[in-house]
Amino acid sequence: MISVKTTVNGEERSADVEDRTLLVSYLREHLRLTGTHIGCDTSQCGACVVHVNGKAVKSCTMLAAQAEGCNITTVEGLADGDTLHPVQAAFREYHGLQCGFCTPGMIMSAVDLIRRIPDLDEPTIRQELEGNLCRCTGYQNIVKAIKSAAEQMAS
Amino acid sequence: MYEFNYKKAGSLDEAKALLAGADDGKLLSGGQTLLPTMKQRLAMPSDLIDIGSLAELKGIAVSGDVLSIGAGEKHADVASSSEIRSALPALADLAGMIGDPHVRHMGTLGGSISNNDPAADYPAACVGLDATIHTTDRSLSAEEFFVGMFETALSETEIVVGVDFKVPQKAAYMKFPNPASRYAIVGVMVAQYASGPRVAVTGAGPSVFRQMEMEQALASDFSPGSIEAIRQSPESLNSDLHASADYRAHLVGVMAKRAVEKAS
Repeated sequence: MISVKTTVNGEERSADVEDRTLLVSYLREHLRLTGTHIGCDTSQCGACVVHVNGKAVKSCTMLAAQAEGCNITTVEGLADGDTLHPVQAAFREYHGLQCGFCTPGMIMSAVDLIRRIPDLDEPTIRQELEGNLCRCTGYQNIVKAIKSAAEQMAS
Repeated sequence: MYEFNYKKAGSLDEAKALLAGADDGKLLSGGQTLLPTMKQRLAMPSDLIDIGSLAELKGIAVSGDVLSIGAGEKHADVASSSEIRSALPALADLAGMIGDPHVRHMGTLGGSISNNDPAADYPAACVGLDATIHTTDRSLSAEEFFVGMFETALSETEIVVGVDFKVPQKAAYMKFPNPASRYAIVGVMVAQYASGPRVAVTGAGPSVFRQMEMEQALASDFSPGSIEAIRQSPESLNSDLHASADYRAHLVGVMAKRAVEKAS
């Protein structure tokens, strides 16, 4: 067992976990932050994407131990009280979800993408979503939501 | 995952000592191949030795015609480095084609080449760009380093420290990615040097290889037309559910031509 200390959504957190504990299990089972989802067992679906030190990563493909001392943002940390983050608001506005299972990862990837790449066009958004699978929407409204949020956040 | 002991190394020397002392220790850098493999219970190391934050493995520098990249540099940082973009854009392009954005935020150069997946992109860069691979013990040419399928010249306790790429006059990498994994079904790095061209192929065979017939043709005429008639033999190429050996052989020609066109 090891003690893993992190800062999650601005709060200092710590938990004693097995060496083999994945970051996603640390977040969901030990810190009870269940907004981050586990959609596959093969590191392909992206439902578990969180930000570690400002970068989007798959929390199912990182050990909790590797996150020691890191600053983590999960989907729970995006909204400002009752005010949704512009990407969350755009997903609602454009109906960028149906069952909602992939949504936390989609939104965390989108926030990272908008931060990294200015003037996002549609092909770039689609290419950058390579690591996030959605089985409901066909991606159309997800892409629209991200484009709208990017424009709004740039203005 | 099976149980293991997690150990964070504070230095390369400590990492070597931890490796030597472990029953079946494995190095953990970005973990983007190792952890998925362990999740599938296809590997059960006794110890994971984390070298992901070692400053000794970081650094990007251009000196004369050599681009040096630390083994711990992540794909996203190679893809977005302004120094690499200007000195060797083909390498930045290649790094930007690996996996997806999340994988590129974690995966490292040293991890990729040490694993030597037959479909990985970096081996084509190392061989195509006449790289020298520096380890904790020695320096090797890329062709000496990559031995076979998932096999390198590294000893049990040897760690890749960095890679020196030779800056070419021009180069380009083209790949036909598996649409699910983004690994190369076939990827070809073509580079032109004063000493002659180099053509390195990944994804097609058990390990990266040079396509000598194409190199000879490009030496007299660096144009897509000069390799038009060259047929890669499917013999000893990989055949799996993604592509047959014949199809991979065909793709070697197509990707090589596209790379030459892009480089010219």
